[in-house]
Amino acid sequence: MRDLLWLIPILPFAGSFILIVAGTRLPKKLVPLIGSGSVGLSALITIFIGIDFITSTNDQIIQQVLWNWIDVAGFSPDFGLYLDSLSLTFVFVITFVGFLIHVYSAEFMVDDEGYARFFAYLNLFVGSMLLLVLGDNLVLLYFGWEGVGLCSFLLIGFWYQEEKNGYAARKAFIITRVGDTAMAIGLFMIFKALGTVNIMDIQGQAPVVWTVGSQQVTIIALLLLGGAVGKSAQLPLQNWLPDAMAGPSPVSALIHAATMVTAGVYLITRTHAIFELAPTAQFVVGAIGAITLLLAGFSALTQYDLKRVLAYSTISQIGYMFLALGVGAWSAAILHFMIHAFFKALLFLAAGAVIMALHHEHDMFKMGGLRKKLPVIYWTFLIGAASLAALPLITAGFYSKDQILWLTWAGEKGNIWFFLSALIGAFITTVYTFRMIFLTFFGEEKTHVSHVPGSRINIPLIVLAILSTFAGFIEIPHSLGHIQLFTHFLDPILPETILKPEIESTEWMIQLLAAALSIGGVFVAYYFYVMKPALHVQIKSTIPQVHNFLLNGWRFDSLYNWLFVRPFVYLSNINKNDFIDWPYHALVNVAIFFNRIFSFTQSGILRWYLIGIVIGAITILTLGLWM
Amino acid sequence: MLIIFYIASFVAVIATILVITQHNLVHALLYLVVSFLAVAMVFYVLGAPFIAALEVIIYAGAIIVLLIFVIMMLNLRQESVAQEKQWLNLQIIVGPVVLAIILGAELLYMLSFEPTSGLEGNVIGAKAVGLSLYGPYVIGVELSGILLMAGIVGAYHLGRQKKKVTHRFLETQEE
Amino acid sequence: MSVIPAEYGLVLATTLFVLGLISLLIRRNIIFMLISVEIMLNAAGLAFIVASARWEQPDGQVMFLFILTMAAAEVSVGLALILQIYHQIKTLNSDEASKMKG
Repeated sequence: MRDLLWLIPILPFAGSFILIVAGTRLPKKLVPLIGSGSVGLSALITIFIGIDFITSTNDQIIQQVLWNWIDVAGFSPDFGLYLDSLSLTFVFVITFVGFLIHVYSAEFMVDDEGYARFFAYLNLFVGSMLLLVLGDNLVLLYFGWEGVGLCSFLLIGFWYQEEKNGYAARKAFIITRVGDTAMAIGLFMIFKALGTVNIMDIQGQAPVVWTVGSQQVTIIALLLLGGAVGKSAQLPLQNWLPDAMAGPSPVSALIHAATMVTAGVYLITRTHAIFELAPTAQFVVGAIGAITLLLAGFSALTQYDLKRVLAYSTISQIGYMFLALGVGAWSAAILHFMIHAFFKALLFLAAGAVIMALHHEHDMFKMGGLRKKLPVIYWTFLIGAASLAALPLITAGFYSKDQILWLTWAGEKGNIWFFLSALIGAFITTVYTFRMIFLTFFGEEKTHVSHVPGSRINIPLIVLAILSTFAGFIEIPHSLGHIQLFTHFLDPILPETILKPEIESTEWMIQLLAAALSIGGVFVAYYFYVMKPALHVQIKSTIPQVHNFLLNGWRFDSLYNWLFVRPFVYLSNINKNDFIDWPYHALVNVAIFFNRIFSFTQSGILRWYLIGIVIGAITILTLGLWM
Repeated sequence: MLIIFYIASFVAVIATILVITQHNLVHALLYLVVSFLAVAMVFYVLGAPFIAALEVIIYAGAIIVLLIFVIMMLNLRQESVAQEKQWLNLQIIVGPVVLAIILGAELLYMLSFEPTSGLEGNVIGAKAVGLSLYGPYVIGVELSGILLMAGIVGAYHLGRQKKKVTHRFLETQEE
Repeated sequence: MSVIPAEYGLVLATTLFVLGLISLLIRRNIIFMLISVEIMLNAAGLAFIVASARWEQPDGQVMFLFILTMAAAEVSVGLALILQIYHQIKTLNSDEASKMKG
């Protein structure tokens, strides 16, 4: 079974290839079959390998070198796959959630003329993402990294006929490019310092070559962090993600919530050896996470668009993951990634179904009363939202977020500011989540439901709802029963978090606090949006500046516009007519001149051409005779 | 032999000059036949009787007949001769003639480099040509076959004319 | 048997070639242009035959055969084209058929 590892990334690529080459000529029933079938097979293989992994005790790593990629001057990255429990977690989420989203898309996108194109892109994305997490060296990882960036671009601009979608796609591409460049420089520096790009070799050599806190390793870690920040939409490169919601809802679910945006988390976890050697950089990771989760949380409170709320909540939740990484709670971050993938995919899919049911209505204030009309979506959405809000005991989100909260408090690298921001963030999360629920599903009906989703939409929602509830039970804290399946699963790969001494006893207090805050958040949301619906309108009108400021995501767009875009445009305007261009203009003019002459000679009169031939022959003969 | 060569050459050149100065197409073609026959004579004198025969059969025969057929199909009248006269005025002629004569002079000048050598006029018959043709040059023969095939198909396709089919009720144009 | 100097054969070929070329350049009638091309091809063939006689090898004659084949194909296609042109623009003037200018 383990030998089949290479099939996992190859299958989606093959599906994508078939769909690209033969897409429009295939019968319409076959397209989703190929699209979701290839990912489904990958998911199946992943599950079998996973079972094999868990049951066998020895050798928790699979390595497969397919071929040597390039071999130049000591630089010889293999095209090799590497699977350990960390990448297995990611592969499982990518293939399984990906498969569910493919099934969902089969119904969601059925009336779209780009049906085959959509599945081709999705498959290409899944394949690239799998390469990203399975690659055994940083070059292959970078390959997948750029591949998912490309697919993200293609899918945000999927409905390219509308100009703003193309704008959003370009924005996402360009902003992530900033991070990617930093990351590429980081990779070069790693290769220069260690002479290898293989991840395992880096893990082994990093502690030997660098001392803790040395300048070089800090710079490398910060550059890698730059890449992660761009891809995972963290401060200061977070402002592309809300606009990325221009893509179809399944895309938002798969790429901009469940998988691709967490690539940054994967990158930092993968290279944790480097970050552990650079405490400053690791602190920056945590600080970025802490600030981002608050910024995004406040922005989410003010949004009208259902999908933009979810987008900001994604940024905020990834902020939690970064926070966990920053305090060295590696496995907690990965657990939160997995559970977040389940419930956020669920929320996006359900939101997509709601939007489709209401004729592409995105504004939450024009929804309402959908509880009765769309019961399946209501219940699944509620489960997802509860998980996002981390309602205590019954949701998976509680267990993962609680672990992060606990470790920011108790972890050796944690501090009170991280903890406070995480705590406030948890409260805000609950408020905006239930604001969403109350606005969308409660109250009176404002828009007529035109399309009730069918089974291919409902089944993925139900499966994801089950996962968002039960996936948390694999990791239950000390005070409640102490199950640590997930941590043990990741144990051989990721170091355990070191706790502050003598702190274990306070764990139940933290939990109680978090639980109280999240339940309190539900009540606050209920008070503002169900009991006194006039109140929030009043607040909005008294402080419109603050409201607009948050609505526009802390005006980062304007800031960057003022800081980078305007000066750049100004400089390029100056630069447009500089002397470097003169030779090129001259070239153009010469070409135009000759074009005029030649087009004059193309008179269409045959005898002129003959004269030309004769003159040419005479010239050649003359040259031949006298030279 | 030399005398025959000179006479045949003279006839060929004179006939060709007449070809290019004629205004009437049919007259020109008749002089062209004379020119080809004279060149065939030259071939014979140079020891290539097989080629001489081919020259008569294919050039003076087949190709000329083809041209005459086309001229007949086009059904040109007396006006065309007058038009031809009008087209051939002195102004137009001078430039091209000068150019062509320069080219010819250069070619002749090049010939003067070679040391004089005689042509014995020994016969290289059809057998030798055939052995060579189907020996080392067999690929050329095959390619010629393909070329002729392309020529047939191309001529057929290009020569097809749109037929006008008159139906009882409606007139349609068919290819 | 008297010997023919090889240059004389080549001079004849050159003369015929130049005459064909002059005709090609001064004529506007497409049929005349086609005839001129035939004259030039024949002259080129003559040069090959002279070469064949000079080295007493059959290769030159083989080349003449190929030229002959080419000329035959060219004439057939050329005449078909002339027919088409005549049907379309009702004249044999090559200058009239100058619609494909750049």
